[in-house]
Order: sequence, then structure tokens, then C-alpha cells
Amino acid sequence: MRQLARLFLLFLLPALLLAAPVAMAAPEPDERLQDEELEVRARALYRQLRCVVCQSQSIDESNAPLAADMRAVVRERLLAGDSDAEVRAWLQTRYGDYVLMMPPLQGNTILLWFFPVIAFLIGGTLIVLFVRGQSGRAAPALNPDEEAELARLREEEGQS
Amino acid sequence: MNRVFLFLPLAIFLVLGVYFGLGLREDPSAIPSQMIDRPLPVFDLPGIADGEPGLASTDLAGHVSLLNVFGSWCPPCEIEHPMLMQISRSGRVPIYGVDWRDRPGDGAVWLARHGNPYQRAGDDAQGRVAIDLGITGAPESFLVDREGRVRFHHVGIIDETVWRDVLLPRIEALEAE
Repeated sequence: MRQLARLFLLFLLPALLLAAPVAMAAPEPDERLQDEELEVRARALYRQLRCVVCQSQSIDESNAPLAADMRAVVRERLLAGDSDAEVRAWLQTRYGDYVLMMPPLQGNTILLWFFPVIAFLIGGTLIVLFVRGQSGRAAPALNPDEEAELARLREEEGQS
Repeated sequence: MNRVFLFLPLAIFLVLGVYFGLGLREDPSAIPSQMIDRPLPVFDLPGIADGEPGLASTDLAGHVSLLNVFGSWCPPCEIEHPMLMQISRSGRVPIYGVDWRDRPGDGAVWLARHGNPYQRAGDDAQGRVAIDLGITGAPESFLVDREGRVRFHHVGIIDETVWRDVLLPRIEALEAE
């Protein structure tokens, strides 16, 4: 029984978790583009664009009507010959930076992007300072009595 | 001196607590509008029923107007509707309607039942004009100036208070320009 449980945790669960996003993919079958190359680009774009009514989902994952319309817009723009950047820009002028799943690097997002690095540097500095402080306070050398005691104990253990 | 530093983590915690606490009070679904001061997107929608005039972006030029996005499927629109009727009766500002993502004929039936506050209404069955306007839900409304530029974007229901305190003063200001 336990082995079965372990087997499940080791293999089946990761497999299920990995399969989940595939199973959830929302675009309807009739949304496919004929041109295979464009379809690949469209799917990549769906994942980069946020569904503006469902907050933390991309339009690839969402089955909201507005997300379906936005996917249709992406396909229309691609068929009209837009580059990926132009498609993103088209939606960005209407919905703002918010529509991009990955926030662009610009003035008001510098802190967002670099705070992890800053936090790492501050934490690292504090650890280095703390360790240095500790080594300065190393225990004083043993006095003769303690040396004798240590030698006696080592002999007892048959170590020296 | 060192003892003061012991309180540093607590101080940081309190500052962050207040900051995130304020963040919780914000509405995450309110997306800042990109339309302000931009010309209305160009569109030409068919009427919501056979034989009815449609709505084109050029219809809104030359006067200050209220553009309202609605749908017969949208319960908040039904709550908003009596206020639109009241504004329409007062004749204070022309209201234009975009019927968003309705099945053919549903918008016309809905307006026949509840009354039609719109000078003109266009059928945006594909939802393209809504996306062009940066719509995230219905109802949403825009104030459009004489030059056909969007000057104000209201997300949600127009009620008595919104009309009196938000829209009317702005309409007066736009008309005085």
C-alpha cells in the first residue's frame, strides 16, 4: 500500500500536474488557423496576453467571451501580416501594459524587476557581516588544566 | 544604539503592512483607460434590427455625447437603464449605444421592452468595437467631445450620483470649451 502511494507521488502526480495545462487549453477547435506556422505564433501570443476580465489568466487559458474575441483579434492581425510585436502593441494601445503577461522593463517597473537582486545583495551583505562578527568572537585558547583534561579524555577514548 | 536597530524589522513590517493594507482596498479589476484624449476609433456598425439606422464613429462628431456599451445579456445594464432613460428624456446630452456581443435581434427586443434611450445604436455582435474601445465589461460609458475625442471613461453603472457628480460637471466643462 505504501509503495503504491510512493509510486503515485513519484510518477503519477507529476505526470498529472504536467498534463493539466494541456487539458485546460481553452482555444476552441474551430479557432485554428490554416497556416501551421501562423498557428504556432498565435498560440505563443495567446500565452503572452492577459485576459482583461480574468486577471491572472492568459487569453490562452481563459474561456471568457472577451478572451475569445481577443484571440480572434490576434489571428486577424497575424493574417493581416503583423509581426508578433505589432500584435502585442495593437492590444497594448487599447488595454495598456496590463494586457501583457510579462510587465515591460520601464521606469515604473524597475523596482519590480530588480528588487529580487537588491534583496539578495542586502541579505548576502548581512550574512557576510554576521559571519565575520562571529569569527572575531572565536572561543579563547584552552588553559593548561583544560588541555590536560582533553588529553585524558582522548586517551580514554583511545584516540590519541 | 544597537538596541534601536533591534526594532528595525518591526518598523519595516509595519510600513509594509500599511502599504499592502492600502493595496487591498484597491480594485484590481479597474484597469486605467488608455482611451482618454485619443480620437474615438473609427467604426461603422449596422443597426440592431433590420431597417434601423446603425452607428458610425462619425455620428458622434460635432457635439458632446455619451457613448454607452450595453448588452441584453448584461444584468447591470438593466439596473443602469432607467437612469439612461431619464437622461434621454431630459435631452441634456445625446446618448449613443453599442450593443455588445448580443445574438441577432436580442438587443432590439431588449430596447423595445425597456425603452430606447439611444439616438442611434450599433450592433457590435463580433465585439471588435468593444476591444477597440478597451472595454472589459458592460456597462461602460465614454464622454466624447466635439472633435470626436474620448475625454472620460466610466466603468460600471451610471446611477443618479454618477450622473450628477461625475458626468454632468464634465459635460458642462466640455460644452464650455
